[in-house]
Amino acid sequence: MNLFILFFEFFKIGLFAIGGGMATLPFLYDLAGKYPEFLSEQMLADMIAVSESTPGPIGVNCATYVGYNFAGIFGGVIATLGLIMPSIIIILIIAKALDKYSESRFVKNAFYGLRPVVASLVCCALVSILKSAFLPRISTLSESFNIKQIIGIIEIPAVILFAVLFAVTRKVKIHPIFIILLSAVIGVIFKFQPVL
Amino acid sequence: MKELFLLFYYFAKIGLFTFGGGLAMLPMIKKEVVEKNKWATEDEIMNYYAIGQCTPGIIAVNTATFVGYKKKGVLGGIFATLGVVFPSVVIIVIIAALISNFSSISYVQYAFSGIRVAVSVLVFDAVIKFIKSGVKDKITFLIFFVSLILALIFDVSSIYLVLGGILLGALIGERGKK
Repeated sequence: MNLFILFFEFFKIGLFAIGGGMATLPFLYDLAGKYPEFLSEQMLADMIAVSESTPGPIGVNCATYVGYNFAGIFGGVIATLGLIMPSIIIILIIAKALDKYSESRFVKNAFYGLRPVVASLVCCALVSILKSAFLPRISTLSESFNIKQIIGIIEIPAVILFAVLFAVTRKVKIHPIFIILLSAVIGVIFKFQPVL
Repeated sequence: MKELFLLFYYFAKIGLFTFGGGLAMLPMIKKEVVEKNKWATEDEIMNYYAIGQCTPGIIAVNTATFVGYKKKGVLGGIFATLGVVFPSVVIIVIIAALISNFSSISYVQYAFSGIRVAVSVLVFDAVIKFIKSGVKDKITFLIFFVSLILALIFDVSSIYLVLGGILLGALIGERGKK
């Protein structure tokens, strides 16, 4: 695999995937179709699992993983640089423009309408993460499930941990790193159910 | 030079402890960027996130570029961005090279089920902040509510919602504000 082509393929993904890491997935499936000798759909499924269970932005994790399978360590680095290059260029241009026009009425009004939308999108992200934390086995339910069945598969230890962490962080300021490490340890000790 | 290194270092730290995508990164950004280093205000971070939603690329990268640029110009943007992706690249290469079934190790799965709870708590915090900063009157509440229904129930793509929000803001923002 030519490193230049690899860079260009990921540059394209970085340019057209809008709205966060998961938006890169359809493009990666396209890539798998184009280069089946380097990338199979099974590898993509593994990649999603690995990307979600390692730190870092999901899009970057995917690019590194796929790039590594194409061309080793260099491939991983080149694919990641390709992916982030369009964002860097675009954001630098916007940042320059914002410097200039941040006091303009149009920009202020646009943000006024944009912020409640972003708040709603963050709510959606919360709903999906709460679902995976509290209902890790939801995919095992049949199509015609009812409320009783949903209650039956709630991961009680996760709910308790959530309530405790939530209450404690209201009262005391705890560094997010500590909250994450503590939860990882508790998850291992109490054998929290993985997502099925 | 020292400031460029600091940008790289703190964003690498943020990247290392970001689980589950850019939104979960917000509490770390708040701690390291807003409180500790005072590189940007909380309001500015909210704006960067809003822009990151409707521009191509990964939100974590977009935010890093913004903060870096604000602090130290183009070079600052590049250093902060390289910082935020650096830990992922190292970790993924190691996993890809050495551990063939990393995500099926049971301890890894237990740990990440625990981490998902932590991330829920952190994102919950982010939600409260975003609502406080974005929903300030009847009009913004209406935009928030309609957009939430459209996204959650009708699965409308975020890009349309974002464009709609900008358009509505531009059209009625004037009257919406006192």
